[in-house]
Amino acid sequence: MEQILHVHPLILSITVFVLAVFVGYYVVWSVTPALHTPLMSVTNAISSVIIVGALLAATPLEGGIGKLFGGIAVGLAAVNIFGGFTVTQRMLQMFKKKK
Amino acid sequence: MSANLAAILYLIAGVLFIMALRGLSSPKSARQGNLFGIAGMVIAVGTTLAQSSVEDYLWIAIGIVAGGLIGTTIALKIKMTAMPQLVAGFHSLVGLAAVLVAGATLHSPEVFGITDEAGIRLISRIEMSIGVVIGALTFTGSIIAFAKLQELMTGVPLVFKGQHLVNLCLLLGIVALAVLFCLTQSPTLFWIMTGLALLFGVLLIMPIGGADMPVVISMLNSYSGWAAAGIGFTLENTVLIIVGALVGSSGAILSYIMCKAMNRSFISVIMGGFGATASTISTGAKDKTVKPGSAEDAAFIMSNAGSVVIVPGYGLAVAQAQHAIREMGDLLKKAGVNVRYAIHPVAGRMPGHMNVLLAEANVSYDEVFELDDINSDLPNTDVAFVIGANDVTNPLAKTDPSSPIAGMPILDVEKAKTVLFVKRSLAPGYAGIDNPVFYNQNTMMLFGDAKKMVEEIVKALQA
Repeated sequence: MEQILHVHPLILSITVFVLAVFVGYYVVWSVTPALHTPLMSVTNAISSVIIVGALLAATPLEGGIGKLFGGIAVGLAAVNIFGGFTVTQRMLQMFKKKK
Repeated sequence: MSANLAAILYLIAGVLFIMALRGLSSPKSARQGNLFGIAGMVIAVGTTLAQSSVEDYLWIAIGIVAGGLIGTTIALKIKMTAMPQLVAGFHSLVGLAAVLVAGATLHSPEVFGITDEAGIRLISRIEMSIGVVIGALTFTGSIIAFAKLQELMTGVPLVFKGQHLVNLCLLLGIVALAVLFCLTQSPTLFWIMTGLALLFGVLLIMPIGGADMPVVISMLNSYSGWAAAGIGFTLENTVLIIVGALVGSSGAILSYIMCKAMNRSFISVIMGGFGATASTISTGAKDKTVKPGSAEDAAFIMSNAGSVVIVPGYGLAVAQAQHAIREMGDLLKKAGVNVRYAIHPVAGRMPGHMNVLLAEANVSYDEVFELDDINSDLPNTDVAFVIGANDVTNPLAKTDPSSPIAGMPILDVEKAKTVLFVKRSLAPGYAGIDNPVFYNQNTMMLFGDAKKMVEEIVKALQA
C-alpha cells in the first residue's frame, strides 16, 4: 500500500496514456473505412478538449499575458469543437440505407 | 468541486470520447456516437468551469460564443468536396491552441499548480516543451496543407537542395533549445524554440505533393493528438491525456492505411518530392490506339449488362458529377442491372472522402464497397465504369516493378468484361504514368468532361 501511495503523478499519467493508446488502436481499427472522414472530423472536435487548459488560463482575475493566451485559445478551441461536431453530424446524416 | 470528483468526471468524459469513436464502426451507430462525443465535451468543459480557480467568466464567454458561432457557420456552409481543407484548417487551430496553452503555463504556472520552490517543476518544463513543439509544427504544417488543398499555393512538391540537411539541423536546434530551456526556464529560449518548430512545420509539408495529401492530413491529425497529450501531461489532466492518445493513434493508423494503399513508406512520404518529376515521364501513347465511344454506346452497353461496377475517383468530385452518377446508377437499377460502387482507399483527398461524396449524392452506403471486398468480384462483372480515377486502376502497379506506383493495390477493372473509361484525354494521372487499360481490346474510352458525359448517358438511358 505504502508504495502505491507514493507513485509519482507522472507515472500515473503515463499509465493512462499508454492504456489509452491501446484503446485507441483497437477502437480505430474497428472503424469502417467508409467513415474515415467523419472519424477525422470528430477526432478534431474532441482533441479540442485542450480547451480545459485554455479555460484555466483565461479565468483568473489577474492573469496578464497567460490570461490573454488562454482567452484566445478558448476561442480557437471553440471554433473546432462547434465546427467539428457540427460537420461530423452533417456528414453522418448523409449516410443512409435506401428503402 | 473536489479534485477527486473532478477527476472522476474527467474520466467519464474520456470514456464518452472512446464511445464516440466506437460508434463509427457502423453508419447505424455513428450518429449516436457523435452525441456521446458532444456529451463528453460538455462534461469536460463544465467540470473545468466548476473549479475554484475560475473567477472571471468574461473572456471565456466571449471566446466560446464567438468561436462557436464561427465554427458552426463554417461547418454548415462548407462543401463536402472541401472537407480536406476544412480538416486541415481545424488541425491548425488545435496546434495553435496547444502553443497558446503551453505559453500560458509558462507565463502563469501558478494557475496550473505546476510550480515548486525552483519555479516551474522540471518535469512540467519537459512536458510543456514537447507540447509546444508538436503544437507549433502542427499549426504551420496544417496551414501549408490547407493552402495546398485550397490551391492557394501549388500542389507540386517544393524541394530545394540540402532540404533534408536543413530539416535535420532545425530538429537538432529544437532539441538543444528544449534542453537549455528545461535547465534555465528562460522564456526567451522557449519562444525561440517555438519559432524554430513553426518553421520546421512549414519545411516538413512544403516538399510533399498533392498525391500524398491523404497521408499528410492523417499525419497532422495524429500530431494534433500528440500535442494535446503533451499539454495533458503538463496539466496532469486525464481527459486530455486520453483524448490525445486516442487522436494520436487514430491519425497514425489512418496514415498507415493511406501509405499502404499507395504502397509507399511513411518515411518516403515525409521526405517528399513524389510527383515532382511527373511531367518528364513520357506517355508513349502515340503508337497505340484506343477505342473511343459515345454516351449512347455506353448507355447501350450498360443497360444490357447484368452487373455494373462504378469506380469513382477524385476527378468525379472535381467535375461535380456525383449527383449525375447516382442518377445514372438509379436508372440502371430500374432496368434490372446490379449496380455497385468500388472505392479505392486513396480515391479522394483524404481517407473516406469519396464515401462522403457519394453519401451526399444519396448513394445508399450498402452499395458502396471497399477495394478488398469487390476486387474478387470484378472478373464476374460485365461493365466497370471508371470515372475520374486513373492510377488506382493501373495494372502496371502489379507488373512493372520500376513504376512509381509499383506494388500499390489497385482495382482490377481490366478483368471486367468491358471497361468504360470516362476521361478528358489520355493524359496520365498524379503518378505521371500511362495506363495500359486505355489500349485494351475490351476498353472503350469516353472522352469528355465527367459531368457532361454522365448527363448524356443519363439522357440516352431515359430515351
